[in-house]
Amino acid sequence: MSIKRSNAYSKVTIMAVMLLLMVLVITPFTASDNVLERLTVLFIYIIMAAMWNTLAGFGGLVSIGQQLFFGLGAYATIRLAHLGMPPFVAVFIAAVLVGLLSWPISKFMLRLKAAEFGIGMWVLASVGHLLVNLDPLIQGETGTSLISLNAYQIETRRVLIYLAALICMSGLLIGLFYLLRSKAGIAMQAIRDNEEAADSIGVDAQTVKKWFFIFAAFGTAVAGALWLAQASSFQPKTYFSVQWTAYMIFMVLVGGIGRFEGAILGALLFFAVETWFADTGVWYLVGLGAVAVLCSLFLPKGLWGAIESRLGLRLIPVGYQVTEETLKPIKS
Amino acid sequence: MENITYSQLQATGIHKSFGRVQVLNGIDFAMDTNDAIGIVGPNGAGKSTLLSVLSGAQAPTKGEIILNNQTITHSPARQRAKQGLVRTHQIPKPFSGITVFENVFVAAIHAATNNREEAYDIALESIKLCGMLPLANRDADSIGLLDRKRLELARALATQPKLLFLDEIGGGLTEAEALALVDTILTLKERGIGIVWIEHIVHILLRVVKRLICMDSGQIIAQGDPQAVMSDQAVIRAYMGGSIDVVG
Repeated sequence: MSIKRSNAYSKVTIMAVMLLLMVLVITPFTASDNVLERLTVLFIYIIMAAMWNTLAGFGGLVSIGQQLFFGLGAYATIRLAHLGMPPFVAVFIAAVLVGLLSWPISKFMLRLKAAEFGIGMWVLASVGHLLVNLDPLIQGETGTSLISLNAYQIETRRVLIYLAALICMSGLLIGLFYLLRSKAGIAMQAIRDNEEAADSIGVDAQTVKKWFFIFAAFGTAVAGALWLAQASSFQPKTYFSVQWTAYMIFMVLVGGIGRFEGAILGALLFFAVETWFADTGVWYLVGLGAVAVLCSLFLPKGLWGAIESRLGLRLIPVGYQVTEETLKPIKS
Repeated sequence: MENITYSQLQATGIHKSFGRVQVLNGIDFAMDTNDAIGIVGPNGAGKSTLLSVLSGAQAPTKGEIILNNQTITHSPARQRAKQGLVRTHQIPKPFSGITVFENVFVAAIHAATNNREEAYDIALESIKLCGMLPLANRDADSIGLLDRKRLELARALATQPKLLFLDEIGGGLTEAEALALVDTILTLKERGIGIVWIEHIVHILLRVVKRLICMDSGQIIAQGDPQAVMSDQAVIRAYMGGSIDVVG
């Protein structure tokens, strides 16, 4: 074999991840209610960060409007549950519907370049917000709740939402891992770095970008739908707020943009900061802003980027390494 | 001038303008896989634009391009790359966030083959041919300008082209490096790849090409045997400023 796609660290990582997953699956039987609720939030953050990283980090598509899919995921769940669909099925179908909707959206949004795309997505999110407000079921900014969750006892509900979030997070991360390692994954990074050159060597940029866009839309909709499940109430203003994208940007920039591990690390950091400092009010937001500024100034590749280049550490490799044996013998 | 019927690539009456600026003004061009053609001409003559139009990066304003008896005038570059027609860029356009190997591999897996193992081999072979193997695992943004030019060539080769357009890949090379590059390109020629090479370093160019085209102001002002073209009065006036000895 002349090309390696894994290393000693990544093999250890796989085992550690399996172990961690097993621990997380049995956590509901041991942990307190509060821990379960907080972990659910963490899983959703990781999904959000990973999805934004998919678009911006690997695809160069910097969207400031991912709250569109977050909000629509929650809204579609409300609508489907209102039609009588069991809430947990609704969460999943809602995300699929939003994924389908993102296909026509991609048709015109992906024609926009760089900042135009970013701002255009924000505009679209605002339009989505206004349209959802027109639905009488939502009662404008008053909002509504996912009432059908009341069919479950509070303890059961908490565990089910936790498990749903765990399954969704794991599924999306595994999906992203394989997407990035596929032919499309390396093509997307080529497009990010130079679309004209990618075109000149046979890469179909529009198609690749479309699939990444749809994947990120689907994942972000899953996050929105899960958020609704754990918060149970829906106000359009909250769900379609740009703050969600701001959080995603924060997590990805601090963790390490364009690195699989970076988004996860960023989400963990954001979660930790929120857990410890959210009570400090305004200073919490000031702190988040300061950290983001400092990171982009001194660690442009984020925390994971710095770790990676210092230690040569790749825990979840999505790239290609030419093996040492291949590099050595030929000295032509 | 020559009356050979080419089947591979044929461009007739190519015009290209950007707004009011006429960059190409009625170019006729034809070539086959056994050709090695040099293009010279002063800056702004339209050489790179001609490559862009032939390779599909830009559509001509007027004219027709035929590849293998099929009209490709408006087909995108990615499609032409899959049909075996690929170009390098005068200003290297590496995929800077991924490694040298990955830069080349992405070309192999998209234009040459769908088989991953085959694509690995093609990519490694192209990298070796361009003498870049020691840099294979380096990030493309960490290599120097000359290596970026080599990377342009390696990436283009990984598409397994039948016709290869080279845009000033020799610029800035030392004499020894340039001769090594000539060797590489002669190897490609032997493999049956048709070559079009834009270059200012004429004596390097003449080691490879059998036919020379001189362009000026968007037109071909002379073409044919390299020696004849280089001593053509119109060429000397346009390109050499009329005062330089003919290259031997």
